[in-house]
Amino acid sequence: MGVFDSVKGFGVTFSTMFKKVITEEYPEVKKITAPRYHGRHQLNRHPDGLEKCVGCELCAWACPADAIFVEGGDNTEEARFSPGERFGADYQINYLRCIGCGLCIEACPTRSLTMTNEFELADDDRQRLIYTKEQLLAPLLPGMEQPPHPMRLGDSDDYYVKGPELARGGEQAR
Amino acid sequence: MGLEEKLPNGILLTSVEKLVNWTRKSSLWPATFGLACCAIEMMTTGGPRYDLARFGMEVFRASPRQADLMIVAGRVTNKMAPVLRQIYDQMPEPRWVLAMGVCASSGGMFNNYAVVQGVDHIVPVDMYLPGCPPRPEMLIDAILKIHAKIMDEPLGQTRAAIKAESGQRTELIPSSVRFAKKR
Repeated sequence: MGVFDSVKGFGVTFSTMFKKVITEEYPEVKKITAPRYHGRHQLNRHPDGLEKCVGCELCAWACPADAIFVEGGDNTEEARFSPGERFGADYQINYLRCIGCGLCIEACPTRSLTMTNEFELADDDRQRLIYTKEQLLAPLLPGMEQPPHPMRLGDSDDYYVKGPELARGGEQAR
Repeated sequence: MGLEEKLPNGILLTSVEKLVNWTRKSSLWPATFGLACCAIEMMTTGGPRYDLARFGMEVFRASPRQADLMIVAGRVTNKMAPVLRQIYDQMPEPRWVLAMGVCASSGGMFNNYAVVQGVDHIVPVDMYLPGCPPRPEMLIDAILKIHAKIMDEPLGQTRAAIKAESGQRTELIPSSVRFAKKR
């Protein structure tokens, strides 16, 4: 037992004053999540603005919490929302049920449903936490057009089916 | 507080209301109600990395008499429901309830006979926080949104009646937008 034993503890406390602070300054500085973080969903679009969702309901079937509701509809020549025969007429995700497991993303055959990194979802109303199709659809980027409209990307190359290959192949594929 | 309820209509209390609400939101003591995995994230939020003490609420009270905010973290079984209600009844008014995670908010993926399908079957809920489990930033975001709601809370029955009549709703802005540093 030395004389300074009783003050030794204060030394530990004092030395932390010179250490780097690990506290995240969350509300002031926006938290950047991991790139593949499972946040809010998004329904993607083709480059011309047509929806990728074909209303197949595989996401709803894959969902372990029954959080997704999909209702398919038929595309007609007058009103076309997606390439192909069918589109998602109604699409709802109940975020009070969704556990963010990502099984819906794996199930999606057209890569229509993906997840964003947005996570600030808290609300005081149950109704407002059921996100509808308008809230989930990706925003229209430049060059996109609000559906319904005909397929703009041509039938010969069939961009809608072989899009990624064509993009990799560069310009000579066109 | 008692006095404001006896005052006649027309006496201005807005500044007092602001002051009272500010004191209430600045030291909002949470009651722990950790029931499952969400409680781990709740404990992390109280730890040094996320540091709830920045918002004056680092003391998680195990005694409901000293608590203002009940964070229901995890799934509530039917057997736990009366306990939860008793804890809520023991908390002094004003009190708030935060349903943390999808299980507390709606039953989540546990849609079965054992789990209560949302704590709003038992207690009034002020904020629903989705996520399974929500990351600590999401909990901080929900708490800051509760703070915003507390700041809009009316003082006394007269003002409460006026507010209910106008149908005014507190706008819930995402915290990273609301508290973003001004450039």
